[in-house]
Amino acid sequence: MERCAVVGIGQTKYAAKRKDLSIPGLLREAALRALADADLTFKDIDAVVVGTAPDMFEGIMMPELFLADALGAVGKPIMRVHTAGSVGGSTALVASHLITSGVHQRVLTVAFEKQSESNAMWALSPAIPFQPQLTAGAGGYFAPLIRAYMRRSGAPSHVGTLVSVKDRLNALKNPLAHLHLPEISREMVEQSPMLWDPIRYLDTCPSSDGAAAMVLVSEAHAKSPTPPAWVLGGAMRSEAVLFSGRDQVNPKAGRDAAKDLYAQAGIHDPRKEIDCAELYVPFSWFEPMWLENLGFCDEGEGWKLTERGVTALDGELPINMSGGVLSTNPIGASGMIRFAEAAMQVRGQAGEHQVDGARVAMGHAYGGGSQFFSMWLVGSQKP
Amino acid sequence: MRDIAIIAFAQLPNRRRHTDREEVELVQPVVAEALERVGLNKSQIGFTCSGSSDYLLGRPFSFVSALDSVAPWPPINESHVEMDGAWALYEAWVRLQHGDIETALVYAYGKSSLGSLRDVLSQQLDPYYTAPLWPDAISLAALQARAVLDAGWASERDFAAVAQRNRAQGKRNPNAHQVGDYDVDALVAEPYLVEPLRKHDCPPISDGAACVILATAERARTLVKRPAFIRGIDHRVEPHFLGMRDLTESPSTRLAAERAGAAEGKLDIAEVHAPFAHQELILQRALQLADDVQLNPSGGALCANPMMVAGLTRLGEAANHILRGDAGRVLAHATSGPCLQQNLVAVMEAE
Repeated sequence: MERCAVVGIGQTKYAAKRKDLSIPGLLREAALRALADADLTFKDIDAVVVGTAPDMFEGIMMPELFLADALGAVGKPIMRVHTAGSVGGSTALVASHLITSGVHQRVLTVAFEKQSESNAMWALSPAIPFQPQLTAGAGGYFAPLIRAYMRRSGAPSHVGTLVSVKDRLNALKNPLAHLHLPEISREMVEQSPMLWDPIRYLDTCPSSDGAAAMVLVSEAHAKSPTPPAWVLGGAMRSEAVLFSGRDQVNPKAGRDAAKDLYAQAGIHDPRKEIDCAELYVPFSWFEPMWLENLGFCDEGEGWKLTERGVTALDGELPINMSGGVLSTNPIGASGMIRFAEAAMQVRGQAGEHQVDGARVAMGHAYGGGSQFFSMWLVGSQKP
Repeated sequence: MRDIAIIAFAQLPNRRRHTDREEVELVQPVVAEALERVGLNKSQIGFTCSGSSDYLLGRPFSFVSALDSVAPWPPINESHVEMDGAWALYEAWVRLQHGDIETALVYAYGKSSLGSLRDVLSQQLDPYYTAPLWPDAISLAALQARAVLDAGWASERDFAAVAQRNRAQGKRNPNAHQVGDYDVDALVAEPYLVEPLRKHDCPPISDGAACVILATAERARTLVKRPAFIRGIDHRVEPHFLGMRDLTESPSTRLAAERAGAAEGKLDIAEVHAPFAHQELILQRALQLADDVQLNPSGGALCANPMMVAGLTRLGEAANHILRGDAGRVLAHATSGPCLQQNLVAVMEAE
């Protein structure tokens, strides 16, 4: 198997509405930054892999067809991945497979969402024959899982608030983040309207426009001005959404993917051997839930790490240094932003939200009804 | 590259409408049939990949429901492309190159019948300049057919001859649904649907599903007598904006065929994904197929055109000739997007 390196990373400035850019313009802002970071041009790229969430979000069927021109893909292979919310992560993994398989040498991967051009709540809530209509959006689906987690773990109700504050404080150190809330505080979160008990307005992610891009290359081409991030492993797992007895709070697909990932990277104690992680946390309570699911602690212990400040930027295991999904959420890109931010940490590119001496970092994404998982580990040292 | 082989193919009989089946009911029977054919059970599959389009069903995440058809519990290693299943097969082929798994299952489904397909497909177009004009799929194909006529190397009669041949060949394909014996003179006397295309030049609207199982060479040999080894597979895309393309040519097909090594040996059969009659002529030229290559013995997309499935079906139909022992070297082609924008070519051989 060939080694895969991340040599270019580019992100747009995230915002509720990027009215200054068309959809191709949005992708190009990220792609051109990634290429510049890698000191490459579109001409150097062998293949392009695009990821985005449901086509209904922008109202374009298979948008990669019309984006081919803007992404310099003409005459090349282009693929379009769609694995629900985990898509940004899966897209990066599909692109990395083109390198690790030896099929291509230099691959550009881009994930995006331009939520301002559509209405995600509408797109997520169609009336489907023989199924109950989910008119509550994603929060309505996940709130009961959070309540189940609180009941199981005995976590006190303020833990979610701590995450909401911490991630928004981190976002203040990330100039690209969508939400910059300098006045953020526990009181402000606790006074925000209750949307889906126990999820308050400020416990949720925003709707963002944005794109993230990466240039992935084989070892022979890992010659970027900034040292590359090496892919130490990648894993995807999926499970059915509904069946009796399914544990949606601590899904087996996530646990299995993490186990596979650690085996690939030779990680025995993730808490000690992984320096920081960008986890897909669209609702604050998912931070402690994923800490447990990914084996950073025992079941029922995740909230204690959050409460003790372990996951803060200056903690022992910083989580979502960039501000996370809670601060920036172009849905189809959110997973790739996690993957890219992890790579930025081990390349020392994260600026004010850099974790000192980060050598091994995790990028994580999930989607559907907590049923699709994709994750990778990147490191500063060649494996 | 490692040798990867197609070892099984199953498809649902294509119909104008499968009104009684939703996603899972379309896919589950073909998955079960393909697995049974090679004596595997789902727990022996290393990677699963599917292709479909939400727009056909008019809903987001239709692939999430369809995943139930492979009973993903315990959790599986799985991915999905919002593309024809031929590209899901490509992703599985890439995944199998790593050597850590031995088998992969690919499926695709399409319910083209639920909306006005020609209008639905117009939403594939550039959303700022082209889609707002609602140019429908048949009108765009007609534009391409007109360009072919203007180029002077084919006539409306040639289009009709393609339709006549495919629909006659399709009579032997129990999974095709738009088949029969036609007379070319009678066909060209029919009125236009969208000038210069007549109804017979256009594909039927079809609902369907298909499943392919892939295996590494070593594993394939233990499971079937004559695996269809993929000797080359490649795909390429062209500019989206029609004004930037010579619609009478298919340079992406030509390049993909070259990269797949199509010309490196004599081909017995080619299964070409040409929804419109004139597109078969364009592809035949791009692929530089010799006169003795049997073209679309299944009847092709003119006899059954389930969206998102028809490309994968070409790979499956071509592989079947090797699996059954009636061909030694075959080519399969899949297309996507308006006027053959994106094309995939695979070459398969018996050992």
